[in-house]
Amino acid sequence: MEIFEHDLLIVGGGAAGLRAAIAAREHVDDVGIISKVNVLRSHSVTAQGGISAPLGNTGEGVDDSWRVHFEDTVRGGDGLVDHDACEILTKGASGTVLELDNMGVPFNRTEDGRLDQRPFGGHSLPRSLYAADRTGHGITYALYGENVRLDNAVYNEFFLLDLVADGARVNGLTAYNMKSGEVVGFRGKSVVLATGGCTQAFAHTTSGAASTGDGLGIAMRNGIPLEDMEFIQFHPTGLPGSGILISEAARGEGGYLINDDGERFMKRYDPEKMELSSRDRVVRGMQREIERGKGIDGEDYLHLDLTHLSRRTLEEKLPTISQIAEDFAKVDPSERPIPVRPTAHYCMGGIPVTLNGRVKGSSWGNTWDNLFAAGEAACLSVHGANRLGTNSLLEAVVFGKRIGAVAGRTAEEGSFGKLPRETLNQQEKYLTELREKDGTVRLGEIKSRLRELTWNKCGVFRNQSDLEEANDEIYELRRTFSEELTLDDRGCKFNTELRSALELRNLLEFVPAVLLGAYKRTESRGAHYREDYPEKDDGNWAVHSYVVRTNEGRYGVDYRPVRNDTGRGTTDEGGE
Amino acid sequence: MKVTFRISRYDPETNEGSYVEDFLLEVEEYELTEVTVLDALVEIKEDQDGSLTFRHGCGHGSCGSCAVLINEKNRLACETHLDDLELDEKTVVEVSSLPGFPTIKDLVVDMDNFFRNDRLARPFISGEDERSGPTETEQTPGELRRILEATECINCGACTASCPTYWENEGYLGPAALVRAYRWMEDSRNSEIEERLAALDDEKDGVWGCNKFFNCLEACPKEIDTVGIIEALKRSVITS
Repeated sequence: MEIFEHDLLIVGGGAAGLRAAIAAREHVDDVGIISKVNVLRSHSVTAQGGISAPLGNTGEGVDDSWRVHFEDTVRGGDGLVDHDACEILTKGASGTVLELDNMGVPFNRTEDGRLDQRPFGGHSLPRSLYAADRTGHGITYALYGENVRLDNAVYNEFFLLDLVADGARVNGLTAYNMKSGEVVGFRGKSVVLATGGCTQAFAHTTSGAASTGDGLGIAMRNGIPLEDMEFIQFHPTGLPGSGILISEAARGEGGYLINDDGERFMKRYDPEKMELSSRDRVVRGMQREIERGKGIDGEDYLHLDLTHLSRRTLEEKLPTISQIAEDFAKVDPSERPIPVRPTAHYCMGGIPVTLNGRVKGSSWGNTWDNLFAAGEAACLSVHGANRLGTNSLLEAVVFGKRIGAVAGRTAEEGSFGKLPRETLNQQEKYLTELREKDGTVRLGEIKSRLRELTWNKCGVFRNQSDLEEANDEIYELRRTFSEELTLDDRGCKFNTELRSALELRNLLEFVPAVLLGAYKRTESRGAHYREDYPEKDDGNWAVHSYVVRTNEGRYGVDYRPVRNDTGRGTTDEGGE
Repeated sequence: MKVTFRISRYDPETNEGSYVEDFLLEVEEYELTEVTVLDALVEIKEDQDGSLTFRHGCGHGSCGSCAVLINEKNRLACETHLDDLELDEKTVVEVSSLPGFPTIKDLVVDMDNFFRNDRLARPFISGEDERSGPTETEQTPGELRRILEATECINCGACTASCPTYWENEGYLGPAALVRAYRWMEDSRNSEIEERLAALDDEKDGVWGCNKFFNCLEACPKEIDTVGIIEALKRSVITS
């Protein structure tokens, strides 16, 4: 059994992990990035629309500032944004984005050679920088290139199995090396979890196959709470069936949402902002239209109309979605509207961390010494109850950089701990048991049942009885997984069925936190909407939820206040 | 109608070597425009044989995970709809791993050398005026257009896997890495030019390895003008 050693270990090679790895090099020379896919296949590459920064490069945006960006983000977050974190995000935006420009991201330009910016929902001024509608691809490739230049070690197709913890310290981790088929160990002086999103938990999603919340599952198994998991963002415009994303940039560039009567129905739900209202409002408007029979031909989808946009806009600013519309919806968007429906897109919640990314412990005020989280896997509460488009790539790089630097310094000052061979043996034993599962229920069936359950009972509209049923059913699914699962592939090498089973295990670990958070929160706020409690209740519910799993496998929930005291400064951790 | 998926299989943990296995899927006529080869692979894996092994990711041609050989052409499985294949009466879809790379298992190939070549292409900005700080660079829309097509590459490997020169010599950078070399060298923000051109000026492994078979041009799912870009690199090498 092989053991690798790096000062700093980063799990996940999307935008957050890659940015963290660059920043860490200011403190340590030896950084290892571990990815369950090839890092260039990370889901960050599919981010389309843009990344926001208040540069004020266009005429309309000239008065933009971090404060306006901050206010937009806080407003969008509907009472759950932690102001100090959001201040770091918006103050850091311009500098961090300009670094990306210097690293070679192919951002679109104005005629005079400056970085162009376009409007996006919830942002009061045009502040989204964009590389056509391949912004995530451009950013991920540039960050990857910087990592190549710095010669950081990259382990592709190593699946994270567990942390090796010693009290509040992490000594390293165990992973399944897909290619060799072996369990391996990684020893590090500090560890960053940048494991990405989790919306594969839902039947209809814009996420790729890998967004299975592996870091969240591992958090649950290690007594780490998950914060605000009931806040799952549904994106207004996915393709029906496949869920493939049609970027909000399509509406930013002037696209309309149309119902079966040919009417721009958003006038009923947000007459002022119309299609550029916040995502949660647009999604609820669309679901209402579908429910009152105004879906196209009475079906469960609507139309995104781009036919009035110029060909040049489609070609230069929206080429990918034009191609996607042609390939997957068989529609030429310059001639016919694109069918769209809401799909699960992003998780505002995640692993709770301090402003420096240090993972919080199970009890109040506790933090891990050298374990960090960043990107979509983490919850910094910069998005609150509803994220604005373009703020996710921004969070990934601003906090990826900040957290990578702190994790690097922690590694610099730290030392290697023990990685007992026994922990590797245990994982090896678990993998063998799992591979030999010989029950009667196929993996795909459990996964489908889970994804339908979350979609049908904890989707855009939620209510008590659905959530009660869902809570029972998830325990039944967890039991089915451990007692009745059967797998076909008994091999060790590149066993993708085994990997899917490990991913499903992680999904089954954290989905109860989503359901419990949604069940307990008897109000409607941001992306969380309860039909039986349709009003926002600031008196009782302007709080973050923290779900922890006990050793007995039960899930419990606790609440902590929002830090909304603007101007209080940005040091909840003694100015680290 | 029944569609036969004739899949090349290889299990590294047995001595069987590679073999071909047929899987049948019932597909309605109207679904031919909707169902992709990736959809079919996923369905076969979930319902018929969980050991069928392939890579996939985003499902819409952005991540580059799922390039395989489908009916004699390298393509992204996620973007290939059954009606793209002009299925004959026998309605057979042949799927095997990308040629030119060693097979790890079934449709999964070892791309380590491919990504080694990608790193040799120096996929980053560099030069004497190392980033002095976060100040906005200037790049005209024309300068951006020069590299734009090359930035669309998703490293799926379809082009390099189609290149007979690469089959013979994996030291040859291959079309994907050469497109990458162009994309970063020609970026107006990059000033390290001469060293890069010198590194590309190699009879076997650099630009001169390209014998213009044009296979890469046909294989690229993003329709990048690979040959044109390599020719431009050759011109730069000559004139430098």
